[in-house]
Amino acid sequence: MEFDVVIGLETHVELHTDTKLFCGCSSKFGSEPNTQTCPVCLALPGALPVMNRIAFNYALKAALALNCKINNLTHFDRKGYYYPDLPKNFQISQNYNNLGTDGFIDLIMEGQNKRVTLHNVHLEEDAGKLLHPEESNADYSFVDFNRAGIPLLEIVSNPDIQSVEEAEAYMQTLRSILHYINISDCKMQEGSLRFEASISLKESGVTELGNRVEIKNLNSVRSVIKSIEYEINRQSNVLNQGGVIHRETRLWDDKNQKSERMRSKEESQDYRYFPEPDLVPVIIEKSLLGDERASIPELPMCRLKRFMENYKLSFYDANILIQDIFIADYFDECTKDYHEPKAISNWIINEVLRYLNENKINISGFNIRPKMLTELIKLVEDGVISKAAAKSVFMEMALRGTNANVIVEEKGLVQISNTNELESIVADIIKENEKVVTDFKNGKKNAIGFLVGKIMQKTKGKANPKVVNEMLENMIKQ
Amino acid sequence: MHLYEFTALQIKEKIKSGETLAQEVIKELLDRIKVKDPDIGSYLSINENALSKACAIDDKIKSGQTVGALAGIPIAIKDNICTLDLKTTCGSKVLSSFLSPYNAHVVECIEKEDGIIIGKTNLDEFGMGSTTEHSGFKVTRNPWDLQRIPGGSSGGAAASVAADISFLSLGSDTGGSVRQPASFCGVVGLKPTYGRISRYGLVAFASSLDQIGLISKDVADTALLLQVICGYDNRDSTSLQKDVPKYIEQLDSIEKKFKIGVPKEFFANGLNEEISKSVNEALDVFKKNGAEIVEMSLPHTEFGVAAYYIISAAEASSNLARYDGVRYGYRTQNCKNIIDMYERSRSESFGNEVKRRIIMGNYVLSTGYYDAYYLKASKVRTLIKNDFDKAFEKVDYIISPTTPVPAYKVGEKVSDPLEMYLLDTYTIPANLAGIPGISIPCGFTNNGLPIGMQIMGRHYNEQGLLQVARKFESETDFHKIKPKFNAT
Ligand SMILES: [Zn+2]
Repeated sequence: MEFDVVIGLETHVELHTDTKLFCGCSSKFGSEPNTQTCPVCLALPGALPVMNRIAFNYALKAALALNCKINNLTHFDRKGYYYPDLPKNFQISQNYNNLGTDGFIDLIMEGQNKRVTLHNVHLEEDAGKLLHPEESNADYSFVDFNRAGIPLLEIVSNPDIQSVEEAEAYMQTLRSILHYINISDCKMQEGSLRFEASISLKESGVTELGNRVEIKNLNSVRSVIKSIEYEINRQSNVLNQGGVIHRETRLWDDKNQKSERMRSKEESQDYRYFPEPDLVPVIIEKSLLGDERASIPELPMCRLKRFMENYKLSFYDANILIQDIFIADYFDECTKDYHEPKAISNWIINEVLRYLNENKINISGFNIRPKMLTELIKLVEDGVISKAAAKSVFMEMALRGTNANVIVEEKGLVQISNTNELESIVADIIKENEKVVTDFKNGKKNAIGFLVGKIMQKTKGKANPKVVNEMLENMIKQ
Repeated sequence: MHLYEFTALQIKEKIKSGETLAQEVIKELLDRIKVKDPDIGSYLSINENALSKACAIDDKIKSGQTVGALAGIPIAIKDNICTLDLKTTCGSKVLSSFLSPYNAHVVECIEKEDGIIIGKTNLDEFGMGSTTEHSGFKVTRNPWDLQRIPGGSSGGAAASVAADISFLSLGSDTGGSVRQPASFCGVVGLKPTYGRISRYGLVAFASSLDQIGLISKDVADTALLLQVICGYDNRDSTSLQKDVPKYIEQLDSIEKKFKIGVPKEFFANGLNEEISKSVNEALDVFKKNGAEIVEMSLPHTEFGVAAYYIISAAEASSNLARYDGVRYGYRTQNCKNIIDMYERSRSESFGNEVKRRIIMGNYVLSTGYYDAYYLKASKVRTLIKNDFDKAFEKVDYIISPTTPVPAYKVGEKVSDPLEMYLLDTYTIPANLAGIPGISIPCGFTNNGLPIGMQIMGRHYNEQGLLQVARKFESETDFHKIKPKFNAT
């Protein structure tokens, strides 16, 4: 039997504020356990939460960037469940009056227009972390509350995702949007971006959805993809053998690339949500809404379209350029000085990105500023230096932060394009290689390459090969 | 006259003027606590550093330095308010050895103004109860009749003031826990507007209803302490950003004409006749002094108790979830796994009344019941608020009895929680509406038990309440009558 797959993704994003959501503790990653705690985030008796305005504004900005309707009055709710990493045994979250609802993300996918709608976007606090001892029979665990209370944005998609490819595009598009609005580090390995998937299958052509299975413990985009593939397979097999899919939560085991049942629907928790009485509702003023909206830059999808339409770049190239907002900005800056977008794009994709990658630096710390790069490209396009020479100039510029023309001068890399200067050399070479010249005259077109090589040798590579070519053809014809 | 018989304001003047040393006051009080408190049971702990603090204040005065508004006044703190120097047990075995790493906002305020924390007082566990029989440690008794309850949950706070073993007390009032014991013990009890005093460091019972309250020998003393502890605090999101009037200076600047509303629902069936009579006589005192008395209605009053027990239990079940034995507090000795640890730790340490509320609270918040209970109760709360808003368009103050019956006997109704819940019928509405209320002594039953009158006012109008209460005090002597217990 054929099945259609329906996927929903829940995303947790840690906002990169300096302090936690409801207390003044630092939210820095990687400190000694329990050194970033206080009465509030340890849930000591009598301590009270106070909302971090910056975190709220970040969340609001995200909700706007994700096209949500904004509730102009939003409040927090308590979500109750017992777990040792949750100090109050309830999480301050949102349930009844989410910050944003009914948003959407247009996925960045080649040749497709796919929109995934979002159920809601809300703000909540993170939990601590359990540290289990090495020995297998230990009767204790440790808990580190440094992470407890760090602001988390939860983005809940509707089950609109219909393939593994769409899931991947969803994650990547979302990640770059979050990156563009600069509210999170989005580092999956540090847990600042986390996903949970829910997957159900339905018979092709049938409207009714099958039971939903939730998958937790997904620590990378890859594990999300793998777990979805695994789950599609598992459910198809069960259904094809006449079995039934139960609503349940499964835990992904990345090491063994499979999932295990964690709890069934019957065991699922009743969170007993109710409005958080220790916090007052947040009224979102029009002016704040305007400010946050204004602070959102041109988002990845818009940029992609613009790069493709205005600069006639391919999807492939444009998609690479927009991945990182600072790269995209860099590209935009370059095009202001020099109107050869394709050449600029090639240089950025082939040389700049490679250099940044190899040297593990950010574009902001890159020595070659946009104007410098376009000057270098111009030198090549104008035939002043050869492409080969340009690459060594590029490396030199990246190391020293010096302008291209300075390096070209220093190293004497200017091509000889002057025909007067080249005339005697070309004449000599024609004289010295009569047989090759005859071959050429007899129609052996590649023969000219040999002659060009000889001239390049004689000029130590400085002759402009284009000019030499033309001169050879002209002089042989005479 | 002994030092302990003076009011806080009087004793402060004596200390400031050099007539009396702060250390003499503390010494006398500590001696008296030693002798008298075993019969009352109001204190859970005594501050060993009180005397040295008093000496420091004496030195300050001797050397001519300025001293704070509470200079040398010994103040008792209900044991659900966090103190750095003394354990904060909340009357619960869960926290029997808990030492808070910080001072509550109110404690900071008191210490800044040179008040001296004398000790921590007994309460119904986490404030849940109306008799102080539900403390995890001991029962507190009423100085007017040791066989009787002092009321609760701030029973220790009220009894200590009534027995002259503290000058001033801080309590907390979630459904009447300051006004009701003040009424039973014949002292003054104020619950300010919700948000008037920061709750930072008050261990939460029901966050949307909890408010720190004050218990004192007379109205002036309440004004003195309120001045110091109220005002905006950015650590409590529900704290009010409102100006604080000069309570003491304006204590006697009462408006000439004001209107008092008397809600008929507060004088209906179930009200003790002697109490009804006393309160009506009190109303006559106001009438004689030019106040207009109008009969009125607060039509949703009868639903108050039910709404209150749903909302407070819901919030309590969540607020008390943190007592799990993981980070601090009682942890069971033997357990199989984490769930077992939670279950045993909580079962072994919480008392029955607390367990009852946790169960009730979890029930009303459960999926499928939320709308029928919690949401419905929230709507009732809004109706009760609206009742008051409408009423205060027509009247300036609302006067009622503080309790429907006088203090009953210890153990008399301990097996009937519903009967206990009804003790707070008249005090609960002010918590639901967030308005201020004060209870002041207004008479005695034939058995010699104190009767309290409750004055409620508009949001933020503590000043008006104090002025009206002060007016009554100036016309009567009820607040000056002390229990026989005090003399012996
Ligand atoms: Zn903290």
